[in-house]
Amino acid sequence: MQVNFSDNYFALFELPVQFDVNADQIETRYRTLQRVLHPDKFAQGSDAEKRWSMQAASFVNEGYQTLSKPLKRASYLLSLNGISVDEETDTNMSPMFLMEQMELREAIEAAPAAADPFEALDKIKAQLRDSGRATETEFAKASNNNDWQEGRTLVRQWQFLEKLLSEVKFAEAQLDDV
Amino acid sequence: MAYSDKVLDHYENPRNVGVLDKDDPNVGTGMVGAPACGDVMRLQIQVSEEGIVEDAKFKTYGCGSAIASSSLVTEMVKGKTLDEVAEIKNATIAEELALPPVKIHCSVLAEDAIAAAIADIKAKREAQSSQKESA
Repeated sequence: MQVNFSDNYFALFELPVQFDVNADQIETRYRTLQRVLHPDKFAQGSDAEKRWSMQAASFVNEGYQTLSKPLKRASYLLSLNGISVDEETDTNMSPMFLMEQMELREAIEAAPAAADPFEALDKIKAQLRDSGRATETEFAKASNNNDWQEGRTLVRQWQFLEKLLSEVKFAEAQLDDV
Repeated sequence: MAYSDKVLDHYENPRNVGVLDKDDPNVGTGMVGAPACGDVMRLQIQVSEEGIVEDAKFKTYGCGSAIASSSLVTEMVKGKTLDEVAEIKNATIAEELALPPVKIHCSVLAEDAIAAAIADIKAKREAQSSQKESA
């Protein structure tokens, strides 16, 4: 059988353990695994087999979600290298970075009162996407150099950027409602 | 998830929201952030020559619990010495606000913000006294 629960997700998807991945390979392998694990294939099976196939399917789904999203993949790679992001317990971030975050939050808050609120939010969104892409590139570099401490710092900042991006989208949705 | 009345009270009527001059030698500024939820917290204390906290201000972007934690803390620190302020732990904040376990990290954020603000004012004062000595 093609699913071994002790595999890491990279092995499950037959990929080398590294940040840069082949997206087509992930999609192809995902479809193959989904086909193999389809509930119909286990309709005649024992309860144990059915249970196993369900567990395997959710393991595969989790792996797919983790590998196909760059930030999740980065965090996962850190964890495979024994590095915890300590996202809830370590609140120590670069003051400069936090200052920028605060300013961006203020800008989001002020956007609805701007002459063109959508344009104001678009600008913030573009800025966040640029920062996100830059962080991704930096992380790729750090991980290729096995610099996991730098990788950890980048993932922690990246989490802020993604969170803020969802805040901007939320602010946009609220504008639409008015 | 239901917020406690205390959290709601601080969330709806936050105390001491604002900013102090971070370049003022008597102001300590603590900035912290939690990657888990993207919360950012700035906590500032104004400290007298004798080391008593005379004023405190905060600005927090985050969930209700994070805002309530920082609002409560600004109330707690006023009139206390720096040593007493350093004793404020997240467990006290969490208990006071009846935070559920998933929101405990919001009180950690507030505790860390105070610690950072204290560290900042102490560093400023040390820099000042060494300047005086060398003068």
